[in-house]
Amino acid sequence: MTPAAEDLMEISMGPQHPSTHGVFRMDVRLDGERVLRLKPVFGYLHRNHEKIAEAASYLAAIPYTDRLDYLCSMTNNWGYALAVEKLAGITVPERAEYIRVIVAELTRLQNHAGMVGFLLQDMGASGTPLMYAFREREKVLDLFESLSGARMMCNYMRFGGVRVDCSAEWLGQAAKLVGGFSGFLDEFEQLLTGNEILMARTQGVGVLPRELAISAGVTGPGLRASGVNYDLRKVDRYGVYDRFQFRVPLGEHGDVFDRYMMRVLEIRESLKILEQALRDIPLGPIMDPNARLRGLRPKVGEAYARIESPKGELGFYLISDGSPNPYRYRVRPPSLINLTVLEDMCLGQNIADVVVILGSIDIVMGEVDR
Amino acid sequence: MTLDEIRARLLAGIPGSQVEMVVNGSPSEQNSLLVDRQHGLKAALLLRDQIQLDYCSNVTAVDWPDREKTDKVKTKQIVDGVEKEIEQTIKTMVPGYLEVVYHLFSMVKKTGPVVLRMRTANRTDDVALPSLTPVWRSAEFQEREAFDLFGIVFEGHPDLRRILMWEGFTDHPMRKDYVPPPEDELELLGEQ
Repeated sequence: MTPAAEDLMEISMGPQHPSTHGVFRMDVRLDGERVLRLKPVFGYLHRNHEKIAEAASYLAAIPYTDRLDYLCSMTNNWGYALAVEKLAGITVPERAEYIRVIVAELTRLQNHAGMVGFLLQDMGASGTPLMYAFREREKVLDLFESLSGARMMCNYMRFGGVRVDCSAEWLGQAAKLVGGFSGFLDEFEQLLTGNEILMARTQGVGVLPRELAISAGVTGPGLRASGVNYDLRKVDRYGVYDRFQFRVPLGEHGDVFDRYMMRVLEIRESLKILEQALRDIPLGPIMDPNARLRGLRPKVGEAYARIESPKGELGFYLISDGSPNPYRYRVRPPSLINLTVLEDMCLGQNIADVVVILGSIDIVMGEVDR
Repeated sequence: MTLDEIRARLLAGIPGSQVEMVVNGSPSEQNSLLVDRQHGLKAALLLRDQIQLDYCSNVTAVDWPDREKTDKVKTKQIVDGVEKEIEQTIKTMVPGYLEVVYHLFSMVKKTGPVVLRMRTANRTDDVALPSLTPVWRSAEFQEREAFDLFGIVFEGHPDLRRILMWEGFTDHPMRKDYVPPPEDELELLGEQ
């Protein structure tokens, strides 16, 4: 039976709702608690990042990329650096490639741990899981701080390499963190994975079918939770990812629980990559001696480069007209595009599940609104 | 499958279509295919169904304003009974257009990118292009963004509204000739 129009309720969730992970709004139409329609509203954090970067030089755009997904500045730097390297034909020394892998995988650890913490927070497990996750995240941020000088806005990578070298001591500290991380994860999983409430709230909720996930351009753990084997570290093998042994975890059901499990399993795979990278990292230069940072004027042309950021495919599209700043600078934000299917996942679910489904997508508004 | 082969497939599969190869001079070597806008939707369907480009990663627009092209032409003229070679500069206006760029990949075959482009007739009154959202859902928000920031009208888009700027805003900030209003006026605009 279709409900009469006056029985329906229109609710504006956000933009200040604590579960929306920033200033994000969803206009929801409800029949009782059931969602009939959901329209996301964006733009509260819009600053026209792309226009700012088009007015700046290639080098000056790097600090701005930190502010896209402000939890993962290292991977943002990498995506942009890769695009400029493709555009201008710059090579990267081996040691720098290894450092990039190490900091990117550390970023993935802290992003996924934080995501699980926030997801549980959204489910009402107030405090404990998030605090545990942030305790571990803090250790990673300490490493970033001692390497780059900043905890979150690292501004660390450059086209042609990285800004500063890491010391043997730093590598030792990183290895110590990696060695201890699986202990944290075991404890975390013991608390969560078999938890009856977590299973009841997440299994069969927010199912994303495989075909829709592909068509809607969902990437990252959300796509793999729906059973699509597509990880850019394996597909593109950018950097030196072809040298490491790791597996790509896949889900079966595409529900919130699978998306949660993807994060946990990916952390374990990242730990494997980190162990190998920290063991094999060679000595050598960290910058291509021919790379020109200031006053770079790439030849007329364009390039699209993409990396597997913790949230999905982060792409940068650059067009050069031969001048010192990009003619066109475009970010392909995984957070925004993963939200395309938010309505499809929420239809027919309860309003309380919307919060959990949104949490399982893992968005950062700095990247959604740009 | 090379881009030349894809181009041949498109030309053979869609009678009357025009598909041009746009060569990219940078070391990335990512050339692209420029499809005329009347056959854009058909071309997209063919690319998805026959060439298995099932994943449309990136959709964006580029603004190419009117520009002045200067050519130097040497002509022979007879001045005072003597033939002389005179160099003339001819300035021609190249009309501007808005361009939309799609980066397509195949998740099945793990190939890509195939870059697809379409161009509008001009930058002012004829800015319609076919929407490819019916082919790839991932274009939904990204085409809305191109509509919002560049002013390209996507015909056949299920929900073409502004996405990042607020409703009631009239200009398109990513265009090259965009002039932002003074700050105090911008605040007033936000309150409307």
